[in-house]
Amino acid sequence: MGDLFSLFINSVFIGNILLAYFLGMCSFIAVSKNIETALGLGFAVIFVLTITSPVNWLIFHGLLAPGALSWAGFPGIDLSFLKYITFIAVIAALVQAVEMIIDKYSPLLYASLGVFLPLIAVNCAILGTSLFMVERNYTFMESIVFGAGSGTGWMLAIVSMAAIRKKIAYADVPKGLEGFGITMIVAGLMAMTFMMFSGITL
Amino acid sequence: MLNETSRYKEILVKGIWSENPVAYQVLGICSALAVTVKLSTAIVMSLALTLVTAFSSMIISSMRKKIPSNIRIIAELAIIASLVIVTDEILKAFFYDISKQLSIFVGLIITNCIVLGRAEAFALANNPVDSFIDGIANGLGYSLVLIAVAFLRELLGTGQCLGFMVIPDFIYDSGYQNMGLMVLAPGAFFIIGLLVWLKNSLAGISHEKR
Repeated sequence: MGDLFSLFINSVFIGNILLAYFLGMCSFIAVSKNIETALGLGFAVIFVLTITSPVNWLIFHGLLAPGALSWAGFPGIDLSFLKYITFIAVIAALVQAVEMIIDKYSPLLYASLGVFLPLIAVNCAILGTSLFMVERNYTFMESIVFGAGSGTGWMLAIVSMAAIRKKIAYADVPKGLEGFGITMIVAGLMAMTFMMFSGITL
Repeated sequence: MLNETSRYKEILVKGIWSENPVAYQVLGICSALAVTVKLSTAIVMSLALTLVTAFSSMIISSMRKKIPSNIRIIAELAIIASLVIVTDEILKAFFYDISKQLSIFVGLIITNCIVLGRAEAFALANNPVDSFIDGIANGLGYSLVLIAVAFLRELLGTGQCLGFMVIPDFIYDSGYQNMGLMVLAPGAFFIIGLLVWLKNSLAGISHEKR
């Protein structure tokens, strides 16, 4: 239990998927102009990540890993090279499902997320989490916690960025640095504050 | 013939400089930053991405009349993912060390917005040859940023260039120190922010809306 908790804290703060591994930057820059939208997308990402990570774990360890097909009589088969295409298909299907659910129950959120929801499918953070989960040999429970932790870390980063950008709108930013440039500098400062957590050992 | 060449040139210039995917359209910076600690990984990553973008654009463009528009994203992703698998296997076979360092980031080319973005914005409306050139151009535009960032990070962070010491010892003796910050994540953010500033100032006008 303690291990899972420290994995969660680790994936939220120290190994923040956005600020330490740069995953999910595209939507981070595009959607962080407004706090409500950022919050909505953040929750969508947590939700999708918490599902896709364990589902992909099951698929990888049940079908693709070397020797995983021994129950079907093929112990020598290694399909792990298929992981990219399988993971992206699972993610795309799940995102489609989430989109339909949000459309049905929260049209307001659906309208404000607009074009960005399909973008979750190609959000590097989602695929990256699944690939990290395979690379780091997490167990099934760990894959759930890691998915949820990465999502929470991503949401934390995008919501704070949206809040900062709201303030920046009133600031006098040098010409040419407005918009994308200053966002990157602020992200750098945020990454520095998040690195402060790496001194904490759990 | 002259007309053709100038059109290709225009596509190239657009992709590499005037509409540079990373600096101008803010696409594909996800992986652009994570692999830039060392120049060698950045170069391999750029090559991989340029080839994947070019070939995926070409294939998607040649199939654009066959793909029904409501399932086009899935179809595009399948094509891109297959190309990435091929790239990954080639890297594992010939550049094993670098493929270990790139770890998951080769796989993340699938979700790199440049590849899908070019497929959506260009390949679906243009012929295969134009799309191929557009893919190369955007790949090179991305490579330009990636290699610039990697060069600065490696130089300032470790004093090396492609693994060789380039900052002479007497500079260290006179008190120069490597900037540890550059090797860490924040360094990449700062450099890309400053590069965008430079590019916008060179163009004379800021394209970004506030």
